[in-house]
Amino acid sequence: MSPSLEAVDLTKRFGTFTALDHLNLKIDGAKCVGFLGPNGAGKTTTLKMFTDLIFPSEGEAFINGISVQKDRKRALSDCGDLIETPEIYPSLTPLEALEMSGALRGMRPEEIRSRSAEVLAEVKMSDWVHQKVGRFSKGMKQRVNIAASLLSDPEVVILDEPSTGLDPRGMAEVRNIVRGLKKENRLIFMSSHILSEVVDICDEVALIDHGKLLFYDSLSNVSKRLTGNATSVQLSFVGPIGDDALASQVATLPGVTGVTRLDAQRAKLMITGGAAGQAQVLERLAAAHLGLVSFEPSQSALEELYLQEISKGD
Amino acid sequence: MSTAIPFAPVARGGSTLGEVPGTVQQALLLSRYQFRDYLRSRRFILMMIIVAAIGAILSFVLAYFNSAAAVQGLLSSSNAFYGSAWAGGVTIVIIFAGIIFGGDAIAGEFQNKTGYFLMGLPIKRTTVYVGKFLAALAASLVAVFFYLAILLANGAYYLHGSAFPAALGESFLISLLYLFALLGSVFLFSSLFKNSLYAVLVVAVLFLFGFSLLQGIITDLVKVEPWFIITYADQVIGYPFLSTLPPHVSTVTLMGARGAILTTTSWNPTYLEGFAIMIGYFVLTAFAGLWLFEREEFT
Repeated sequence: MSPSLEAVDLTKRFGTFTALDHLNLKIDGAKCVGFLGPNGAGKTTTLKMFTDLIFPSEGEAFINGISVQKDRKRALSDCGDLIETPEIYPSLTPLEALEMSGALRGMRPEEIRSRSAEVLAEVKMSDWVHQKVGRFSKGMKQRVNIAASLLSDPEVVILDEPSTGLDPRGMAEVRNIVRGLKKENRLIFMSSHILSEVVDICDEVALIDHGKLLFYDSLSNVSKRLTGNATSVQLSFVGPIGDDALASQVATLPGVTGVTRLDAQRAKLMITGGAAGQAQVLERLAAAHLGLVSFEPSQSALEELYLQEISKGD
Repeated sequence: MSTAIPFAPVARGGSTLGEVPGTVQQALLLSRYQFRDYLRSRRFILMMIIVAAIGAILSFVLAYFNSAAAVQGLLSSSNAFYGSAWAGGVTIVIIFAGIIFGGDAIAGEFQNKTGYFLMGLPIKRTTVYVGKFLAALAASLVAVFFYLAILLANGAYYLHGSAFPAALGESFLISLLYLFALLGSVFLFSSLFKNSLYAVLVVAVLFLFGFSLLQGIITDLVKVEPWFIITYADQVIGYPFLSTLPPHVSTVTLMGARGAILTTTSWNPTYLEGFAIMIGYFVLTAFAGLWLFEREEFT
């Protein structure tokens, strides 16, 4: 059975405020899904209902087909989660915290020991395994939390902005860890407001705003939605480039479907033909000796679609 | 930067769902780690200091005022000694232990965000509640045993051969019942407030003087037996040391100034009543606390 997450009419109201409005979302199979949305969109609310930290006003959340609201113990038995920045009992060491987590999950002692060593090494906490958690910084605690969520090698992993509270190096390391988690038969559902993080790690993306799901699609389809089959690429030149040169030497290249000047030295191209089409255009631009210094994907399609969709709700 | 290596899958012996321990086993496991957390905490040291201070004051009084008539009376028999020192002191120890170990047991899960770690695991809220209750009970028992040890040391020194009367065993068991009742109440307030400070304050105010004050008002002004107040029931802890139990109701009539007649009525709980109040408090408050905890959200 493949791992799955499903929200059926999931709704959460706090008084008169609707934080989540009849969310219907089904994620099936091994993949990494980014859950995007601005602050207050309802991301954490959704994840908290998936982990039974808060209760739906309406609807239900399912993990691997089991209702979290009806049987949290079974539903969470093969799910590792990290919601906000949990605190661990301050006088426990990371090893003891993982031991407790593993024991409550029913892992065997030898299994807990070997997995604890693995996951603590992965989050770079091996040197701190015998220190009390209460003395750790927020970033160190978050690493232990990530280790705890991965301890039982769960099929479903729910992460709520896992790089929150970490320094840039820590954020990069967490991204690396999450990327490393992608494997056969594992579903990762990760909320984030860092678009580059989602583009970097995820296969699919769900966008939510004002408690409503705006879209759920693969990253490749997100690009197609905006640009058809074309790819947006940004060019930078060593000096100013004239309109004539753009029109005659750039816009006429095979595969180029559009040129937009961004400023005196930069322009945006729409190129069809996928990676091969881009390579061909790049070769011809280099051969044209226009003073090209960079050729890179412009603002990602996800970012464009994100801003486009979010602005509709404002 | 290191390259992430996908984790090797853990060998699973059959269905994952069947591997999660049962509710009782999980409660015991959780209580073990929570108890370990208590033992290493500053609050545990504080509790031991409080008990040691109570014991030190008692030991000092016994030693320094040894020749005083009151102390001599206290040391005249083991029942007199333990009836006063144990029955009088253990309720204070239990109240402090309950406040210190149970006051923020549930509230702290919300306020300190430890609940986010715990509740993400495949464990029922009832299990968490019971596990934490057992841990608070165990930590409180350590304090009670410490107090008992101090008394036994004094008893052995001053009373020689009759250091451990059977009445002390009976009284100890009643004290345990009181501890259950108190912890039940403490857990109720801890569930009621998501703030540890409020929970601890309310419990401290109620048990240290609130209930006693209420009991006095009800008895003196309303002239009703305060059968619904937990501190009324704690008197039965001292009963095993008495040769004759106090009357359930006693009325004293006094002649006041200018011929005025004053009648005061006082109540003492019967054994059965004391037990019923304690069991009632435990059952009602513990379940009410659990009911609240089951409905609290980690917002």
